[in-house]
Amino acid sequence: MRFSDYCSLTLVIGLFILAALLPLIPDSDYLMSLALPIAMYTVLATSWALFSGPTHYISLATGAFYGVGAYVVGTGIEFIPYPVLLLIAGFSGIVLAGLVGIATLRLSGVYFVIFTLGLAELIRQLVTWIQNNFTGSRGLYVLTDITENYIYWQLIALTALVFLVGWLIKRSRLGFALRIIGNDELVAGHCGINSAGCKVILFMVSGCFAAVVGAVMAPRFTYIEPSMAFSPELSFQVVIMALLGGVHRLWGPLVGVIPFTLLWEVIASSFPTQTVLLLGVSFLLIVYFIPDGVVGRLEDLVKSMRLARPGSNRG
Amino acid sequence: MRFSGLRAVDCLSFNVRENEVVGLIGPNGSGKTTTMNLISGVFKPTHGDIVLGDRLISDWSTREVARAGVARTFQLVRILPTLSVVENVMAGAVFGSKRLWGRELNRYAIRLLEKVGLGEMINVPTASLTYINEKRLELARALASDPRLLLLDEWLAGLNPTELQIGIDLIKTLRDEGRTIILVEHVMDAIRSLCDTCVVMNTGSKIAEGSPQQALSHPEVIKAYLGEDHA
Repeated sequence: MRFSDYCSLTLVIGLFILAALLPLIPDSDYLMSLALPIAMYTVLATSWALFSGPTHYISLATGAFYGVGAYVVGTGIEFIPYPVLLLIAGFSGIVLAGLVGIATLRLSGVYFVIFTLGLAELIRQLVTWIQNNFTGSRGLYVLTDITENYIYWQLIALTALVFLVGWLIKRSRLGFALRIIGNDELVAGHCGINSAGCKVILFMVSGCFAAVVGAVMAPRFTYIEPSMAFSPELSFQVVIMALLGGVHRLWGPLVGVIPFTLLWEVIASSFPTQTVLLLGVSFLLIVYFIPDGVVGRLEDLVKSMRLARPGSNRG
Repeated sequence: MRFSGLRAVDCLSFNVRENEVVGLIGPNGSGKTTTMNLISGVFKPTHGDIVLGDRLISDWSTREVARAGVARTFQLVRILPTLSVVENVMAGAVFGSKRLWGRELNRYAIRLLEKVGLGEMINVPTASLTYINEKRLELARALASDPRLLLLDEWLAGLNPTELQIGIDLIKTLRDEGRTIILVEHVMDAIRSLCDTCVVMNTGSKIAEGSPQQALSHPEVIKAYLGEDHA
């Protein structure tokens, strides 16, 4: 590692410690009400970008994985220790992503998008049907003594983990393979890369994180029901935040999560009946004006300034 | 090989011996690139066999064919634009038979870039390379896997006369190293100076085979290229 890497690592660790100390600040309730969704969306958007960034496959399945995780905790909280439920939720996310990946990732991107969008709705309808026919209720009570602070710390730990996993993947053969696949899948095949296998593995990693986030968040809601747990809105919000920040850098989605979460707080309170409409508009604006995200746009600017500098090499 | 009703390659049979350069020529639409795609696993033949060494590879995927030691360049250059010049070459050496990583991979990629004449371009953005340098980069990526069989699909096409000579000289050095190459080309000077054997195709079938001299003077070949009056 170079000196600059050590500096970056120290800075990141410092920021994580600061973020973890937030609940200890007196009267930080409002601050926590903002920090908790920021931490949640950071894990979701970063894990989403781990898969979708290099492969360019837009997954709208985040809501499905999140819902599965939440329902694992909701179903088992009375019988199984909470940490075990987190493991089961993660494993469920991996299995679901594996099955979806094997079935769809050989298809071209657009079919994958539609399938993942339908997946959350399919699972939502299935859970609703099961609950209506076998349990006699539409939702589940999640009664625990897990406090909001504890949920927040879990999310901070998950954020650290998703960054660590992303960092490790980026430096691995798998990460390199995904960058090649994202550039040209045909060339990737001719380089000896198992494109489908690489994509399925990354999709499983992404699905695992989303499911664990759902499991961690479940105790916060006390009562969960299918329409809330398997919300398509969540899937779209994660995509928008990741695209806004930029998916080509590990920390790119974070740049989108913070302003978008804060802005969304204002929008949700000022225009509570137009949130979905505004979500759609923001999606269109981001895709049209900053397809590579804020980070991508800034990097392009820096690159063009370097190229414009006299004496720069050209081929 | 059929595409719906179109028979793209038919009645084609030829051998490539180790350390041999085989030229695959023919008028446009004669099935040369389809043949390259068949050998490299992009298409699966509807009939017939493709054998590499003692292994039947007809049904293998591009990945399996690549791992067995077949590397290629493309008719329309396919470099990886968001990867650096060095990373473009590394792509060929990480997943195939070489499986290099770390500093060794970096040194290996730089050596290959120097070999194809891109030693000075290591820090140049990939997107700003000239056409011949893109071709050199694609060739370096193909060489990175140290292939048993190298497929060059119109690698010399679109080059100006100076670049063409540089390109021919580069392929000559590969031939002198003992590489086994199938060369799809329209540049007859290159075919004459580089190939040991020449296979001529027309409308999907082989019409002649032999040394470049023999093949190019074959009446069927002259008819295919210049018309019945010249045959």
